[in-house]
Amino acid sequence: MSDEDDPMIEIKASFFVECEELLESLQDGLQIMDDGGADDEIINVVFRAVHSIKGGAGAFGLDQLVRFAHQFESVLDRVRSGAIIADRNAISVFFRSGDILADLVRSARDEAVADEERTQSVLKELETILGHDSNDVVEDEIDDFQPMTLSMDLGLHISNDEVLDTPEQFTTDAPAFEDGYTINFVPDSSLYVSGNEPLHLLRLLREMGQLNVTCDTSEIPSLADIDVEKSYLSWTIQLTTDEDQDAVREVFDFVADLCTLTINGPESSGPMAALPPTLPTLPPLTQQNAPPPGEEPSATATKDLGTLDTLSDSTHLLGSATKPEAISSALPVPAKSGAPEISKSVKPRPTVRVDLERIDRLVNLVGELVINQAMISQSVQEADLSTNSAVSDGLDEFMQLTRDIQDSVMMIRAQPVKSLFQRMSRIIRESSAMIGKSVRLKTEGDATEVDKTVIERLADPLTHMIRNAVDHGVESPSDRLAAGKSEEGIVTLSAGHRSGRVIIEVADDGAGINRPRVLQIAVEKGLVPENVQLSDSEIDNLLFMPGFSTASEVSDLSGRGVGMDVVKSAILALGGRVTIKSNPGNGTTFTISLPLTLAVLDGMVIDVAQQTLVVPLNTITETLTLAEDDIRALGPLTNVIKVRDTFVPLLDLGAELGYRTPLDSYTGAIVLLIAREDGSHAALVVDAIQDQRQVVIKGLQDTFGRVPGVAAATILGDGKIALILDPVDVVANADGRTRSVQPNLQLAG
Amino acid sequence: MTDIEEKALAAEIELLTFQVGKQEYALDIMSVREIRGWSKATPLPHAPAFVRGVINLRGTVLTIVDLANRLGMGRTETNERNVIIVVHTGKETVGLLVDAVSDILAINKTDLQAPPEMSADNNQTFVSSLIIVEERMIRILALAAALPSESMEAA
Repeated sequence: MSDEDDPMIEIKASFFVECEELLESLQDGLQIMDDGGADDEIINVVFRAVHSIKGGAGAFGLDQLVRFAHQFESVLDRVRSGAIIADRNAISVFFRSGDILADLVRSARDEAVADEERTQSVLKELETILGHDSNDVVEDEIDDFQPMTLSMDLGLHISNDEVLDTPEQFTTDAPAFEDGYTINFVPDSSLYVSGNEPLHLLRLLREMGQLNVTCDTSEIPSLADIDVEKSYLSWTIQLTTDEDQDAVREVFDFVADLCTLTINGPESSGPMAALPPTLPTLPPLTQQNAPPPGEEPSATATKDLGTLDTLSDSTHLLGSATKPEAISSALPVPAKSGAPEISKSVKPRPTVRVDLERIDRLVNLVGELVINQAMISQSVQEADLSTNSAVSDGLDEFMQLTRDIQDSVMMIRAQPVKSLFQRMSRIIRESSAMIGKSVRLKTEGDATEVDKTVIERLADPLTHMIRNAVDHGVESPSDRLAAGKSEEGIVTLSAGHRSGRVIIEVADDGAGINRPRVLQIAVEKGLVPENVQLSDSEIDNLLFMPGFSTASEVSDLSGRGVGMDVVKSAILALGGRVTIKSNPGNGTTFTISLPLTLAVLDGMVIDVAQQTLVVPLNTITETLTLAEDDIRALGPLTNVIKVRDTFVPLLDLGAELGYRTPLDSYTGAIVLLIAREDGSHAALVVDAIQDQRQVVIKGLQDTFGRVPGVAAATILGDGKIALILDPVDVVANADGRTRSVQPNLQLAG
Repeated sequence: MTDIEEKALAAEIELLTFQVGKQEYALDIMSVREIRGWSKATPLPHAPAFVRGVINLRGTVLTIVDLANRLGMGRTETNERNVIIVVHTGKETVGLLVDAVSDILAINKTDLQAPPEMSADNNQTFVSSLIIVEERMIRILALAAALPSESMEAA
């Protein structure tokens, strides 16, 4: 019970959420560095991410995490100062460090045990990079929540160039803090006992204006004498704000009797109001380490390399926090270690964290709304009102609103695939290292938004495909060189929207599918009869057969018995499809096509054999009525139709679904032209087209496994259930019979 | 669990009895969610014969199993007097199409008899035990076996 009352639990939880975001920006930054596009700002982003994680971890006593983050940060700091050049080798260590950091964060969160061995080995690598430089690190050891400037992002966007062009201009106007408040804050140990946290108070103050914080650690006794329950730290805070003293005092309201607090500064807001707290028009000055109040410290910190010497000095001062007087003499020095703590290079847009369950509830309610709206439409139609009656007009508006609500709700659920792709880049690193290949991941379109559920359920199949690409797709370095390719293999992961679906491609630049070998294995395993004649694409698709694995030896990486068939069924379960394309010598591409959302779709309501069905609109390219000379016989049982200059197989939907036998004549029949993923078409015969509308997707129970050709079900306006077709699947599994004669000539399969 | 519940469990169970074909079956009433009249089901393509299709049960899609067909007694000719018993089996909810619901019986657990093993009937596996009430033999339906999930997995 007491757990729930403990505010720390909640704070800790939000720390871990923050960590995830920081890890993401860390990954981003490293990726850009890896691509050679690193500038100071990027290195700073990376540094800040690690630093912030370390800071938070320190506050929660996550020692292992702090230790690792510290080492990582030290190295990055050297990179930032130019003392270490981040070459490919170093960056690959950074990537691995990022992975370890993520592991440590997660194991801290789940209170699990992290892999100490790996952590140590990466720590060693970091140490190697740090080299003899590492003496300084020890000194830095205590700079955790030491003097720092907490600042908020003021939305300042001044490019480095601008600043560099005018370096001398603003060097003089660094006001001291006499104009603001000087707050002396000495918490009692009771403050910590009651679960308060100075950091949060400081953050509150930060929101009021420019802040300069000095921590006095001089009270800390030697380790032997330390009493962990006691409070040894005190803070001197210099705050520049236009708030009056009462407002500042208010921040400490909750801890007023738990600390010794003195606030010196103007009683009224008068003089401060005259001094604008933010000076956005002032380009940041950096050269002299003296920003005006309201200056954006991160901008300061991210300046040019020219100031690095000075900055290093200030770090040094900041690092030795036991000498607060030294700091005040060097004031203001907000630039280096404090500022990156909070400020981000891009002002984050305000966001709200919402429990996914609530969103799902909303999605369900909107679903009901859509059904309800369909029911009302139907009753209005049945009531036979004139089309321009007030009811009909209102209904039209209602439909529009429903659709808008629908779209907005879906947008809430949509998330960029970026986080997923980042996980994959780690898979690449680890799997390629494991089998001694050099493979790099290229991602495209990682801003593509996909339903959150889809992203979650895509992780496993995608991991598998990526591993496959590394293990089976990309050749060994020697083979690559022999084939005239660069030693490093490339796996491309791309996402994008295409005709109302999300397309995700995993492509490698390896040797492509060795078709004779695939066929041979399939025959050996008894998956296909010997001497069977298969087309190239049929052979490629053998990879998806259960029990198929091409690696002649079972490697550590893949080939654990779970093959591409598992991938395929996972994707089918999401209403998706996976196709394979291979080009001997040039690699293999797997294409996953997924529905945009799992909740609603635009469909065409059709009748066939007295059944009402819904066909997703995005699969239909056009509808036609067949004339007699459109239909041409192909085989003894099959017909094609002529659509402009191409021939398209004619399929009877009623027959394919087993509702009826093929008709005698298809003259005058209505057909839907279905676009397949490979660009070819097929024509499905239906009896009538009823309507075109939005329908809510209701999952079919798993009772039957998957029903072939059926994606889901929906509830129509009259309360009846209509099945939602997966026309591409219908076409793929079609036997194509459109003539009822000569059944004994039916093709096998 | 209270003492009363415990005693009740030890001693008595309540059964819902119903007609399938000419036979009388029963189900533990705890697994029955509701009983509703027959409404036309939407057939599922390529589904086994005993799956009649799906109906709309207040916004969810409910699978209907023709119990007579499942028990090897041929397809139920539906009319308005047919009944759907909505049952829940721990992991899924399914509607059973039966001819009519008869009664609710409170019986003592000790009166349940194990069915004799006779392999000629292929509906044997769907009966978990037998009970005699007023000289009539009532078969207790083995729900898990009668539902299609397991048999479909092989298909």
